[in-house]
Amino acid sequence: MIATFRIPGAGRLKQAETARFSFDGQSYAGVEGETLASALLANGVHLVGRSFKYHRPRGFLSAGAEEPNALVEIKRDSARRTPNVRATVQELYDGLTAQSQNRWPSLAFDVSALGDIASPLLSAGFYYKTFMWPKSAWKNFYEPRIRAAAGLGVAPDQPDPDHYSARFAHCDVLVLGGGAAGIAAALAAAETGVRVILADEQADFGGSLRFESGARIDGQDGFAWAQGAVATLKAMDNVRVLSRTTAFGYYAQNFVGLVERVSDHLQNPGRELPRERLWQVRAKRVVLATGAIERHMVFADNDRPGIMLASAARTYLNHHGVAVGRNVGVYTANDSAYAAAIDLKKAGVGVAAIVDLRDNPTGSVIDEARALGIEVNFGRAVIRAGGKLRVSSMTVQPKNGGGERTIPVDAILMSAGWTPSVHLFSQSRGKVAFNDETKRFVPGTYAQDCVSVGACNGTDGLSATIDEAYAAGAKAAKDASVKNAGANTVKGTKPKVDASESWSRGMLGAAPGAGPDTTVKAFVDFQNDVTAKDIRQAVHEGMRSIEHVKRFTTNGMATDQGKTSNMHGLAIAAETLGKPIPQVGLTTFRAPYTPVTFGSIVGHARGPLFDPTRKTAIHPWSAAQGAVFEDVGQWKRAWYFPKAGEDMHAAVDRECVTVRKTAGLFDASTLGKIEVVGPDAAKFMELLYTNPWEKLEPGRCRYGIMLREDGFIYDDGVVGRLASDRFHVTTTTGGAPRVMNHMEDYLQTEFPHLNVWLTSTTEQWAVIAVQGPKSRDIIAPLVEGIDMSDGALPHMSVREGRICGVPTRLFRMSFTGERGFEVNVPADYGQAVWEALWAEGQKHGAGAYGTEAMHVLRAEKGYIIVGQDTDGTVTPGDAGLDWAVGKKKTDFVGIRGMARPDLVAKGRKQLVGLKTKDPKVVLEEGAQIVGDPKQAIPMAMIGHVTSSYWSENCGRSIALALVAGGRDRIGETLYVPMPNGTIEVEVTGMVFFDEKGERLNG
Amino acid sequence: MLLIRCPYCEEERPELEFRNAGEAHIARSADMAATSDDDFEKFFFIRSNPKGIIYERWRHMHGCARFFNAVRDTVSDRFLMTYKAGEPKPAKLPGASE
Amino acid sequence: MKKYSVFAIAREAMRSHKGWEEQWSSPEPKKDYDVIIVGAGGHGLATAYYLATVHGITNVAVLEKGWLGGGNTGRNTTIIRSNYLYDESAGIYDHALKLWDGLSQELNYNVMYSPRGVMMLAHNVHDIQVLKRHVHANRLNGIDNEWLTPEAAKEFCPPLNISRDARYPVMGATLQRRGGTARHDAVAWGYARGASARGVHIIQNCEVTGVKRAPNGAVTGVETTRGFIGARKVGVVAAGHSSVIMNMAGVRMPLESYPLQALVSEPVKPVFPCVVMSNTVHAYISQSDKGELVIGAGTDQYISYSQTGGLHILQHTLDAICEMFPMFTRMKMLRSWGGIVDVTPDRSPILAKTPVPGLYVNCGWGTGGFKATPGSGHVFAHTIARDDPHPINAPFTIERFRTGRLIDEAAAAAVAH
Repeated sequence: MIATFRIPGAGRLKQAETARFSFDGQSYAGVEGETLASALLANGVHLVGRSFKYHRPRGFLSAGAEEPNALVEIKRDSARRTPNVRATVQELYDGLTAQSQNRWPSLAFDVSALGDIASPLLSAGFYYKTFMWPKSAWKNFYEPRIRAAAGLGVAPDQPDPDHYSARFAHCDVLVLGGGAAGIAAALAAAETGVRVILADEQADFGGSLRFESGARIDGQDGFAWAQGAVATLKAMDNVRVLSRTTAFGYYAQNFVGLVERVSDHLQNPGRELPRERLWQVRAKRVVLATGAIERHMVFADNDRPGIMLASAARTYLNHHGVAVGRNVGVYTANDSAYAAAIDLKKAGVGVAAIVDLRDNPTGSVIDEARALGIEVNFGRAVIRAGGKLRVSSMTVQPKNGGGERTIPVDAILMSAGWTPSVHLFSQSRGKVAFNDETKRFVPGTYAQDCVSVGACNGTDGLSATIDEAYAAGAKAAKDASVKNAGANTVKGTKPKVDASESWSRGMLGAAPGAGPDTTVKAFVDFQNDVTAKDIRQAVHEGMRSIEHVKRFTTNGMATDQGKTSNMHGLAIAAETLGKPIPQVGLTTFRAPYTPVTFGSIVGHARGPLFDPTRKTAIHPWSAAQGAVFEDVGQWKRAWYFPKAGEDMHAAVDRECVTVRKTAGLFDASTLGKIEVVGPDAAKFMELLYTNPWEKLEPGRCRYGIMLREDGFIYDDGVVGRLASDRFHVTTTTGGAPRVMNHMEDYLQTEFPHLNVWLTSTTEQWAVIAVQGPKSRDIIAPLVEGIDMSDGALPHMSVREGRICGVPTRLFRMSFTGERGFEVNVPADYGQAVWEALWAEGQKHGAGAYGTEAMHVLRAEKGYIIVGQDTDGTVTPGDAGLDWAVGKKKTDFVGIRGMARPDLVAKGRKQLVGLKTKDPKVVLEEGAQIVGDPKQAIPMAMIGHVTSSYWSENCGRSIALALVAGGRDRIGETLYVPMPNGTIEVEVTGMVFFDEKGERLNG
Repeated sequence: MLLIRCPYCEEERPELEFRNAGEAHIARSADMAATSDDDFEKFFFIRSNPKGIIYERWRHMHGCARFFNAVRDTVSDRFLMTYKAGEPKPAKLPGASE
Repeated sequence: MKKYSVFAIAREAMRSHKGWEEQWSSPEPKKDYDVIIVGAGGHGLATAYYLATVHGITNVAVLEKGWLGGGNTGRNTTIIRSNYLYDESAGIYDHALKLWDGLSQELNYNVMYSPRGVMMLAHNVHDIQVLKRHVHANRLNGIDNEWLTPEAAKEFCPPLNISRDARYPVMGATLQRRGGTARHDAVAWGYARGASARGVHIIQNCEVTGVKRAPNGAVTGVETTRGFIGARKVGVVAAGHSSVIMNMAGVRMPLESYPLQALVSEPVKPVFPCVVMSNTVHAYISQSDKGELVIGAGTDQYISYSQTGGLHILQHTLDAICEMFPMFTRMKMLRSWGGIVDVTPDRSPILAKTPVPGLYVNCGWGTGGFKATPGSGHVFAHTIARDDPHPINAPFTIERFRTGRLIDEAAAAAVAH
């Protein structure tokens, strides 16, 4: 197919490859490296999308990131489908497949476009006023239909096979925007030798030099100068140049987020390339050279395909070599559109007429247009566009009324002036100021170490821009005041502007023919279908803040975030309110500047890298034995060890019985461990735990309780005193980091006079619990230098010695109620020692048990699990642990909190045991307990089940529960109402097995 | 992400290395057990929550692990200064006039 | 107040929508009022509305330093649910939920309450215990909340990744079917319109700079950027700024204000049918009527009034979302923003009289205030009108921090709001 709108000799894409692509199933040819928009225009395709609300046919408004209309789906394969891609940004590659969105059955014939006919009913905010009857109809009828009509593209439905990368970077000067201003600033900064990063969102540097034909710098065409200057920068060691890179967010302390589109423009990116790369840059100084965005004219039916910004038409012509029509009209309120008309005319495109709203403008571009024979009309307005799927005419009228004249055209180029891009400046929390003369918001008060230059600063003219930017770049480098600055100094000279284009001014708001007295659809926000009329209606309905107008009409809330619409919307609101623009205010600019792929923000943090997984030294052994693991915090813990044919229940029953019958091995390595060392270690322990420690003899252990200052249980664990100045503290698995932090906090800030060191040793020790009547028999043969007799190593004691030839801290302690040991060995030896113990254990019929059996065994003995049986509202008294609070102590963390009125009041929830009347029934953890099962809902709940298990050893179910006034209720019958019937329970003590505790030495 | 100067490391480091630890200069009573309910409430629950200059604690969690104090403007999130734990509240703040 | 209906729209369509009246008026402040509400967010406007409709008190001004509904009301992720653990919380949130159902009709303003279901995910055994405790407590409190297997959860929410190999596998979920979302702006606007129509003055761009008290300590009015305005009673409903206002009255509060961020994706066709929350991985997601995925993030770690937060917070949130819903990696973040949330030590609100006669406070909703809007306004109006709390908000005192009678949902359940 011949690309009929490509102009031979125009454009800058040289020796380019032909790229075949398809749009809505139709095949076309384009040129590799141009945008999809350019390629479609070259093929004469303007109709590319449908609007959000009215489903009106839409074409290309722009040639850049501000595009509201031309959003398409790009599909590489079924899993790599990207909705809402701006065709004006997407670069073409051979084989690209694109599809239009938000239409059915086809782009040219969209059933939902009936919404356009019904549009008088669909005024701004109409949905707030209806769909309220009957009540249930909103959810069941109206909302599903509204939702189906809304939305643009279709979300992907498969995991994304592409990957994304991330970089952190520091620099002295970060220059955002690679037009003339940005390049000049980067040159000036780079020449001083400081570290510079220059980023631009386009594939090619140059900014507006990409479409301007009249700029000459240092004796060259502006665009050519830009390419040369960027090549110079790229060659410098202290400069990083990033193209296709959008700065999307400006955060506190000069922290800027940028996204680099690495491979979306490539035909076959290859697996090694990421799709996008997130840059997080901390810069000493930031130079904002973000340019300006052209505004459209607001007139009736200004959304017809073929109507676009003048600068867009110029970009397509001068950069891509494509004409946007054969017979174009121009509608403008400033000079810049003349340049577009002139360029097109010179390229052989018919220019039907220039319609200029201004009365008697003068200037060289106007003269030149006339000299080229273009009809120029002053003081006139385009009051309407004709055509539906493509513009066919423009109707012109003197702006103060009078005879109409309809001119056939196939495109209209429009310009209402230029809006400085202050988005990033505003995100940096700078305050914009309104320049009443030029009707522009420009940077006012700065909040961070940055400076704006060029068009985004309201600076007009290339010469002034380069002067300003070059000086700002040099100053930023100086202010960054790097010690080694000057080391790589290059003698540079400020670029000299030989010729330039210049324009400012323009108009804001609705053009004639779309004023308050009209009912036409003159679009302000194209994608969201917000018209001038809608904005006026919002004001009439009492929306006086621009934020209310925005939210009520949705103006500026589409995927382009109001880049072309915000100023028009503001002006119309201000006019309707009869207030000056600054008094109505500007809506907040929020990150991101343009939409950012979730994947690029997520980067590598997917799957296993989403969060680290911690595994114990013994994990491989457990895995080899077929253990099922459970997640506890970041740890993987062996949950149970099913044998062939066993379900979880059977495995746990077997493990529990084995422990009490012979012995069991349990991997307790995840327990938090902290070494508390120093002359004041005991004093410190006295302050951090409720228990007394001073008198604990070295070689003995104690169960310790830690409170928060408010008196609630924070953590618990067995603490061994190894020496008068050394404690081996254990914590819960999940609690280890916060306990360490809690201890450090008090040591460093409240008790800094204490001479103590804290070291986290969780990862240093592998811990093997050997529990059961045969435990000593299993361990003893492997131990050297420790007397294992009950006399020498009684329950709750600790010795240092060797096991299997490696150092050990051997604890005699029990979390099962059986004779038990916890063997601590350096983690590197963990699996070897485990395997040695396992081999010994096999001789005695011992088995491995997992966390579930551990839970059952400890519950049989009434040992609590902090975080399960307590929940952050439980005091030691509530948990039946008063005995662990040193009565004679005058201070410890929590001593005052636990004495507060409500914490010592009667009727608090206390931990007790529960036995179901039917021993076979196992209560559900979390089930609620009531005193009177016959009461109506809402019931008065007096407690809940915290732990509940089938106990094979007891031959019945057992449970622990927090019950109001629980210890006074022992023997009472209470009730657990469940959906399928109420369960009767008896309140009991917490110990279900070996109440006398004889088995500890059994 | 804030950039925070650790007074022990004497370096500016990214916020990811730090953990905020709440308001600074709230002294724990030397005679905690004798504190009244009202005073305990003030100590443990009541906070200044200023819109403006805050004195707060940070910990250089993934660095030197030390707790220290900072003076920050809660409107701009700009740090005025940081200083070591145990040092008194600074009498004069750099650039505090804002 | 002219009634809104499809007929009104048809009538207005005939005259190009030029006949709509102002939704609320913007009067100059009077010298004094019976009641001043500080803060025209959802809670403040609802309070004024119920003062007028339930208690007949219409000589009321709602003062707003910015634009009404511009604080957390217009910045939250609009999740509505009432499946809280404790009787006190369940009481107030379910009171609100009952008012949500029917609020559009009550206000004659479509607030788009959509009971799409709120699903909360369990990723480990501890989560299961905690969430089941909620299910059981909710059932006996008459609040719907059911337990779903991973398969049932996926059936209800097809995008959910229930692979056992996920880093945080889904081991089950709770579902409150009455939970869902509503249109946040409409809530503020609907209450504003209803209150304004009944004579309440809504005064925007009027910042309170001081609270005046008589020698006997009682409130006499407030100083504002538009001059002194007298009142017998002042209700402070200023969210992140509550402690600032309360300080003006000499009351120090157990509050801290943190940045809370949220984001939306570009709009896409319906893909996400309900609300999904995961406290373990800290992520909340739903899809708006417009088609945007609405995603809530966690708070920053430091106190701030800047209404902005760090990129790393959003990063963590999107990490979690993409882990649970791997097909969303190619979606794009369209807009992110921050609010200021005031958090109490027990993460439950304060809705109470204060030690200052005539001064009332409604604050401390943390990250979960939107869902309570109608209920909060309703009982706060009662508290102000009667100078006595409604039984539903009676437990939410300031004094509980002295006595220790906290309502600590977070500690009890490790569940964020």
